[in-house]
Amino acid sequence: MSFLEYAPAPESRSILNLRDEYGLFIDGEFVAGHGTPFQTISPATEERIATISTADASDVDAAVAAARRAYDRVWSRMSGSDRGKYLFRIARLLQERSRELAVAESLDNGKPIKESRDVDIPLVAAWFFYYAGWADKLEHAGLGPAPRALGVAAQVIPWNFPLLMLAWKIAPALAAGNTVVLKPAETTPLTALLFAEIVQQAGLPAGVVNIVTGAGETGRELVAHPDVNKVAFTGSTAVGREIARSVAGTSKKLTLELGGKAANIVFDDAPIDQAVEGIVNGIFFNQGHVCCAGSRLLVQESIHDEVVDRLKRRLSTLRLGDPLDKNTDIGAINSAEQLQRIRELSDIGEAEGAERWTAECAIPENGFWFAPTIFDNVSTSHRIAREEIFGPVLSVLTFRTPAEAIAKANNTPYGLSAGIWSEKGSRILAVADKLRAGVVWANTFNRFDPASPFGGYKESGYGREGGRHGLGAYLVPGRSLPAAASIPARLARKGAVR
Amino acid sequence: MTIETTPPVRTLAPAARAVDVLGGDLTEGSLRRYLSGIPGVDAVGLEQRAAGLGTRSIKTSSKKRALDTIIELIDLTTLEGADTPGKVRSLVAKALTPDPSDLTTPRPAAVCVYGDMVPYAVDALGAAHAGAIRRAGGDAAGHGGGINVAAVATAFPSGRASLKVKLADTADAVAAGADEIDMVIDRGAFLSGRYGLVFDEIVAVKEACRRDDGTYAHLKVILETGELNTYDNVRRASWLSILAGGDFIKTSTGKVSPAATLPVTLLMLEVVRDWHRLTGEEIGVKPAGGIRSSKDAIRYLVTVAETVGERWLQPHLFRFGASSLLNDVLLQRQKLATGHYSGADYVTID
Repeated sequence: MSFLEYAPAPESRSILNLRDEYGLFIDGEFVAGHGTPFQTISPATEERIATISTADASDVDAAVAAARRAYDRVWSRMSGSDRGKYLFRIARLLQERSRELAVAESLDNGKPIKESRDVDIPLVAAWFFYYAGWADKLEHAGLGPAPRALGVAAQVIPWNFPLLMLAWKIAPALAAGNTVVLKPAETTPLTALLFAEIVQQAGLPAGVVNIVTGAGETGRELVAHPDVNKVAFTGSTAVGREIARSVAGTSKKLTLELGGKAANIVFDDAPIDQAVEGIVNGIFFNQGHVCCAGSRLLVQESIHDEVVDRLKRRLSTLRLGDPLDKNTDIGAINSAEQLQRIRELSDIGEAEGAERWTAECAIPENGFWFAPTIFDNVSTSHRIAREEIFGPVLSVLTFRTPAEAIAKANNTPYGLSAGIWSEKGSRILAVADKLRAGVVWANTFNRFDPASPFGGYKESGYGREGGRHGLGAYLVPGRSLPAAASIPARLARKGAVR
Repeated sequence: MTIETTPPVRTLAPAARAVDVLGGDLTEGSLRRYLSGIPGVDAVGLEQRAAGLGTRSIKTSSKKRALDTIIELIDLTTLEGADTPGKVRSLVAKALTPDPSDLTTPRPAAVCVYGDMVPYAVDALGAAHAGAIRRAGGDAAGHGGGINVAAVATAFPSGRASLKVKLADTADAVAAGADEIDMVIDRGAFLSGRYGLVFDEIVAVKEACRRDDGTYAHLKVILETGELNTYDNVRRASWLSILAGGDFIKTSTGKVSPAATLPVTLLMLEVVRDWHRLTGEEIGVKPAGGIRSSKDAIRYLVTVAETVGERWLQPHLFRFGASSLLNDVLLQRQKLATGHYSGADYVTID
């Protein structure tokens, strides 16, 4: 037997104490939904995990009403420092239950346990800790002396980082004094429901956090609800457009974090071994189900062959399989539907003439799987270089000069993230300055921190999440300093001073 | 335009590998240009990758195999000022019978001692000495070819002596029967940019490893990475040592902190992998110092297997320089066999 065929090292599922059926979490209680319940399955085995309720219009209405009550009577009147105490308590509970949450996340989403354990859940706790600290310091958020909460926030999140996206939405909203109704993705509701238990455990006042499960229709009801003050959505650009249309003309504030087709630019003076690691991390992290994934590798022509060669060798050591095995690098694709889309786009890539290479690895019989794949000789006009695949598929393009790299990197309707690999600091700064992307990583990729704002240009959405900027999405700026009084009336009338 | 900053263009000692890779024009300047053309190392990324490799979970059958492999890759070491013939004999006895309670336990690859202790080690090993087997016509390089005697030489650990002394130190150990020489590079010369000097010394020591019958003692080149300080330096020194003819590159003497670390070893393995890609030649890597537990050692095995490939998990391509590691591995091995932990008194001290 080869040493590299490590014996199975599965994380135990016994720590999970799941119910067979989950209701909706409204006003601090789990209640049955009025829609048709659905099953959530493990994408690695297609086995059923639990039955989940569907919220219909009346349930969404009840959830928004509960959030409104909690906002009016409790949360908006509570001091920032007290709100902070609740958030700190939630953060600590998340840490205490981190192993359980990691197992649940890997089970429901299909991502490898090493990622849910080492990346997702620690970041979830970090996000709550970070925004807990802001709760009593909102006047220092750069939004005037007394910024005010918006009210009830409707939040719809995707399936790629279920609990992390929940944290990105709920932590700043609560810190700023809003109450929320959140809808997790249809395929990954499990950790949001465990989070509801944590909310109960933390003794958070009823109605401050409400969680409604269901498919697209539930999301539509929630977003379109007239008593919602704020809509926050992370997901596909198509759905984002639909939401923008439905919100247009209302007084609702909107932030959208949508798709991406990020360029990962490797210059010929890059630290090559680390660049290869970064490329792998950029596109194969979380099976490529990352909106900011580095799905377009732009490599300088002079080192193209070497980089691709090293990349293939490295990919050959990736281990695909049981997400709960601690040695798994690549887990399962989240759903049959997503797998279908990845296959379709990959076939198109091949048909359009790109050179396909797939790492050799055994594919388990059940479940949804896609082996790490590279397309070489991709042109900017190929569909796989333009459309978001949202899977473990990398398109390799080349460039000759920094100007060409910048032009190609920016030549996309998206603009969420980008990566630059070079040992030359001045080049990194010069190129980063010209990239139209919300996040630019230098000599690293897919690194997240609660203190750092995240968001996109163009079709990747608007608004920022994370950091001080993330608070802006959940606050109305306070009245500006009473400077107007000191302006001579004559000037003010003429409009010379605005 | 390239401005030559190294004053007199000195031709370096002939070294076949360097001539093949750099071409016939082997000068201090050409060596410097070559080494500075090697891509840099991003410290954060390297450490992140090493940490990632460190999270591999090795269980049951894989663990058993790993523990036996570790023992076969150990250079059982004693490098103390207080070493005596008695201490060396005791070390050799431990190498011959690592675990008296389980005679199926594999033997370590070598014992590593100071030069003056070589005769005692050779004598104590007797017929089990790889050198004796080689002289009898056996295959000493392959596995099961007995235990090697490795000697540290070239004014170990500081390397602060004249070349003449270093060469005499080396030749002396080889004559006494050392199968492997662990030399130190001149870190002072390296840090002051005199790469040619470092290069020439390695070439000369390699020549001093030549035995009367024309064969060579295996040469391990110690970089003392704790003194080179930056990963870029470690990468350059690794290339330089290989170009000059080293059979192995070794992290440390064990006398300077930090000694071997996982990121440094990963980096050196990457150089060895790149050298293999370039020339097809296989160079060994030896992390030394600071690896005390089985858990640590398994992380190194994982790093070797996932960087250069499993093929490198052989005594002529990978070694652990360690003294206390063996007993921890033996304890773990007993645990796997019996299902429970014994204690420090159930393994022998050397």
